[in-house]
Amino acid sequence: MAETAETTPAPDERVKQMSAFRRALIRPELGGICGTIAVFTFFLLFAFDSGMFNSQGILNWSTVSAQFMIIAVGACLLMIAGEFDLSVGSMIGFSGMMIAIFSVTLGWPVWAAILVTFALSLAIGALNGFIVIRTGLPSFIVTLAALFILRGFTIYFPQLLENKTIIGGIRETAEGDWLAPVFGGKILTGLFDWLGQTGVIATFERGTRQGDPVVDGIPMLIVWAIALVIFGHVLLTRTKFGNWIFAAGGDAQAARYVGVPVNRVKILMFMLTAFCATVFATCQVMEFGSAGADRGLLKEFEAIIAVVIGGALLTGGYGSVLGAALGALIFGVVQQGLFFASVESSLFRVFLGVILLLAVILNTYIRRMITGER
Amino acid sequence: MTSTLRKVALASAVAAASLTAATTVSAEGEKYVLVSHAPDSDSWWNTVKNAIALAGEQMDVEVEYRNPPTGDVADMARIIEQTVAAGPDGLITTLADFDVLKGPIMDAVASGIDVIIMNTGTPEQARELGALMYVGQPEYDAGLAAGMRAKDDGVTSFLCVNHSIQQPTLGDRCRGFADGLGVELGESMLDSGTDPSEIKNKVQAYLSANPETDGILTLGPVSAGPTMQALNDIGLAGDIYFGTFDLGDEIVDGIKSGVIEWGIDQQPFLQAYMPVVILTNYHRYGVLPGNNINSGPGFITADGLAKVEEFAGEYR
Repeated sequence: MAETAETTPAPDERVKQMSAFRRALIRPELGGICGTIAVFTFFLLFAFDSGMFNSQGILNWSTVSAQFMIIAVGACLLMIAGEFDLSVGSMIGFSGMMIAIFSVTLGWPVWAAILVTFALSLAIGALNGFIVIRTGLPSFIVTLAALFILRGFTIYFPQLLENKTIIGGIRETAEGDWLAPVFGGKILTGLFDWLGQTGVIATFERGTRQGDPVVDGIPMLIVWAIALVIFGHVLLTRTKFGNWIFAAGGDAQAARYVGVPVNRVKILMFMLTAFCATVFATCQVMEFGSAGADRGLLKEFEAIIAVVIGGALLTGGYGSVLGAALGALIFGVVQQGLFFASVESSLFRVFLGVILLLAVILNTYIRRMITGER
Repeated sequence: MTSTLRKVALASAVAAASLTAATTVSAEGEKYVLVSHAPDSDSWWNTVKNAIALAGEQMDVEVEYRNPPTGDVADMARIIEQTVAAGPDGLITTLADFDVLKGPIMDAVASGIDVIIMNTGTPEQARELGALMYVGQPEYDAGLAAGMRAKDDGVTSFLCVNHSIQQPTLGDRCRGFADGLGVELGESMLDSGTDPSEIKNKVQAYLSANPETDGILTLGPVSAGPTMQALNDIGLAGDIYFGTFDLGDEIVDGIKSGVIEWGIDQQPFLQAYMPVVILTNYHRYGVLPGNNINSGPGFITADGLAKVEEFAGEYR
């Protein structure tokens, strides 16, 4: 018995042998990595001295990228699970407006407003998922309906209650609240103060904030983005549930046969997307102090674009959260970078379309070449 | 595969480089950036773009126009933050949402960038933010003046076609108009959306449901054109009292043909042109006007349309 145990086990015939290089090539995030390098090289060449890479500039495109990342994580996991959510943008507007209505109009404490809004949006996410599962309709259509319904309420409620479409004054209401800084606060402010004093980063030149560093901390938005990316990545690649997500998106029926609770997985992913949208909305409302009926317009497509640039397949079953995060980074850097490079702003959409197309073609090409699909 | 990658990267870099070279206005001297809240689809802002370009040329300064593509004010805040990081000499911006833009604009002021508020906002808000001045048309007052004019002309009930209901400043025009008329706003404000055929159909539907309506106010070219078509289709053109904010080719034609009673010109040209001139002279010679500038309202009727017609959509 002891002798047999010591001999090297015969190679498992079910597992195909692959070189480490080849394995690195078929990672879904490869396209995202190449794109990130290309984009940074481009802007380092064309916009280096434009302020894009000073502390304010870096914070600027990091914040925008972080916004995209937050919604991309949810959209990515949902897409891998084989579904879409087109209501992300409307959910952002809706959640923000609900927080404003609960806290400002109805006078609830801000923490309660935030928690109730999260509960509400998770319920709507679950409802989206439930309808998709029960009716068997494409999620594209179901969430398109949610897009209109939520946007409609977002305009209707504030008009009904306050006779306007933007509700402000949340910053004042949120002062001293324990939950608000979790979304709208900044961390490492001491470090940045010190950096400002030592002259590593610039300070304001005049006015009441003279002497303060121009960047006074890392916004919680960025912290949330990083936390969500790590959570999504670990969930997808290190847990049983992650395998279920891949299985549900790859072939739902086959997954059901082997005992994967496909319905539960999909509904949970719809809820996660709604959760991410609400995190986005809460951070935005807490930072800016007001909720507007037009917040989050077209953000659902921006999330999907980031995910696709990051190498996920629209058909589900293939993708990576890290890739989606890189896609969001590319998106944010390009969007803000074009301003730094003084490119006419109406051309932004042209660039966006070109980059999307290039990313998708490149990803498909690489995948076909490596996996030998036709 | 690497060669393909390299080719793709090179091709996009070359394409982008040529675009960058083509769109950067090269001029000596100061650099000013104008940030608006208008979505790409809003043609009215073309006048603003033309006016800053003209001012930039005449004053020999570098000017740039930026806007959030979807009109999302939160995105606009990021653009202002970006502008601050890039460090131009002056920032000209609209104040579409005071709460959202307060922080970024105050940061701009604190970083040593001179700010002028244009178009939306109020003189009080401009002063609070530490901006040099406000150049624009106070919206509520303009609506109020229009309402009082309509009341004198015998209007008793009205429809306000709002193509951008999420913008509070546009709603103020309707509210001012209602107060000027001395009626309740109530259900008179129509959320029309920006699609021309939707606007047209919604206006027709409203007028058939509320046949007693004897006045219409549209808030810009986006809603004025389709509303005119709607009136033509149902035979009420020229019969119903029709006033509009802002100008444009179609509105000028409408005023000429008698379908539109008057257009309120807030003269966007001045809103974009004056700040560039003022900032340049301030930076070069240290001179600054002592007051805010009201660029409107000016009522434009069938009399004296010639200049307006010549430059409608370009500088008017």
